[in-house]
Amino acid sequence: MDKLKIADREFDSRLLVGTGKFASNELMAKAIEASGTQIVTVALRRVDIENENDDMLSVIDRDKYLLLVNTSGARDADEAVRLAKLSRAATGINWLKLEVTPDPYYLLPDPVETLKAAEILIKDGFIVLPYINADPVLAKKLEDIGTATVMPLASPIGSNRGITTKEAIEIIIEQSNVPVVIDAGLGLPSHVAEAMEMGADAVLVNTAIATAADPVAMAKAFKLAVEAGRVAKLSGPARAGDKASASSPLTGFLRGSENGQ
Amino acid sequence: MVSDEKYNGLSIAELLKQKQLDGSGDIWRARIDSVTETDVEKVLAMPTGVFNLEKLIVLISPAARKYIEQMAQAANRLTIQRFGRVVRMYAPLYVSNYCNNSCRYCGFNRTHHYQRSRLTIAQAMKEADVIASEGFRDILLVSGEDREFIDVDYLVELTKRLREKFSYIAVEIYQLEAEEYARLFKAGVEGVTIYQETYDRQQYQYWHPAGLKADYDRRLIAADSVCSAGMREIGLGVLLGLKDWRIETLAMGLHANYLMKRYWKSHVSFSFPRIRPATEVESAQFEYLMSDEYLVQMISALRLCFADAGEVISTRESALFRDNLIKTGITKTSAGSKTNPGGYSQCKDAAEQFKIDDDRSPELVTRAIKRAGFEPVWKDWDRAFVKSE
Repeated sequence: MDKLKIADREFDSRLLVGTGKFASNELMAKAIEASGTQIVTVALRRVDIENENDDMLSVIDRDKYLLLVNTSGARDADEAVRLAKLSRAATGINWLKLEVTPDPYYLLPDPVETLKAAEILIKDGFIVLPYINADPVLAKKLEDIGTATVMPLASPIGSNRGITTKEAIEIIIEQSNVPVVIDAGLGLPSHVAEAMEMGADAVLVNTAIATAADPVAMAKAFKLAVEAGRVAKLSGPARAGDKASASSPLTGFLRGSENGQ
Repeated sequence: MVSDEKYNGLSIAELLKQKQLDGSGDIWRARIDSVTETDVEKVLAMPTGVFNLEKLIVLISPAARKYIEQMAQAANRLTIQRFGRVVRMYAPLYVSNYCNNSCRYCGFNRTHHYQRSRLTIAQAMKEADVIASEGFRDILLVSGEDREFIDVDYLVELTKRLREKFSYIAVEIYQLEAEEYARLFKAGVEGVTIYQETYDRQQYQYWHPAGLKADYDRRLIAADSVCSAGMREIGLGVLLGLKDWRIETLAMGLHANYLMKRYWKSHVSFSFPRIRPATEVESAQFEYLMSDEYLVQMISALRLCFADAGEVISTRESALFRDNLIKTGITKTSAGSKTNPGGYSQCKDAAEQFKIDDDRSPELVTRAIKRAGFEPVWKDWDRAFVKSE
């Protein structure tokens, strides 16, 4: 499979994995391993970022995985920026998954505050991967100010409903010059394959793996689906077209006139 | 079914009155009793987790009793999907059992005769040290209505000190004004739990004969004050045993939905305190004591109407019952609690607010949680959210 490039780093895997909701940290570690991922997201609120022996951080091998800290829980740009700086000071990692979600139920991202926070953080040297609604104009605005990716949601987070924002995501993929990582709501390997076939550069999955009856096996299924979808996209899929080709094409006469010359 | 009601301009008191859920009307008993098994099956065929009063009526009805297992299963699936296989851990810190109120069900009642005690900030921090040493990072400050000693300055100061050890601080104290809540929020308090106890006006008057808490309308707007002060978490609850739990659940569900629509940035959670014996309080005084079965029905019904609401259970309940409840929608639990000021480190014999039932250590409680297939989560917030002054 071709490599995924985000900012100045290359990755073999196009599957990003989240660490919430697992029944135990041991199970989480095994699922991460099975997923083949190279980028693991962690909520700063959930871990003792300054403590290497933290129960969750200690099972994530930072030589093997890029630790992508997120600002889950931030209600505005101010909070997100504060969390980001704390995270960088503690870990030395300047990559950040920016989440600004003022609504505590659907956790939908605030476009205004996300853009504002991204601007501040990029100026401060962060590599920003923003979680956004599937809003093509916002995606372009973020790209313009220098985010490393855009991460539009497929459907509300944790809903496992698949790509319900399909039309907007297609536009984002078409217009984007930075990697498009589809995030949130991908509930099944088939959803992920669909995202990759649509031309997404990568996907992020958490709930669907963490809350499966067998998270390790499900992580592997997602890995395979991402690979299948990516390979399919690169193979130039046969188009689903009209039912038949007309046997008497309307423009057949043009060839006739060429022949006549 | 969607939550499509508009509450524009109505206060919570007006809304409860309009729906006759403040005890002003008698329509609900018959409505609840008229629910059929077909109605229940229809609701359970589509467990969406979205609130609708009609749906809640069905789920708390006697007709739904037969379907409690199915309800618990659906609640469990929804909770795991939304929250994951995790349970948040917290511990209460009682700072004063002085109280100006005389709630008939409470050990801290001002007319009760026992040794009162209150902790200085230094004493409270000693308690906090013990709590932190057990692994807790999420703490709940509790106090009786003791404004003279436990004033807002005290709470602000203690909160700032606690921030050094804890990542999430909430309070369950006497009612404050919105500006006072805003001061606490700024200092680092993220959540406030304030029970209405009962939504029935007449019942409320009976159970709260004196003190500031005797004012039903004042009490009812507390949650509005909390949310408008910017708090992230608002905890609601009715004291189960004071009145018919079914009608109380409808009123609390309506209250939650009202808050979610009006204060969309604050997260609602529910607690399920059942009446417990306390100093000079006997269970025999209560007409509506609630069975385990009905409590499971209530917890599941609320989950099926509020997919993302927190559901909290305390050590009032027995160990066995708590271990089983983890699988029905509970998202947060306490452990090793002491409900008397100084109970962790100092005066072990001060009067408790209520008698706890589950007296296992936090270690034993977390082992039980793991056995149930869930991860105990000690930290799910960070002090970095609070802006330093």
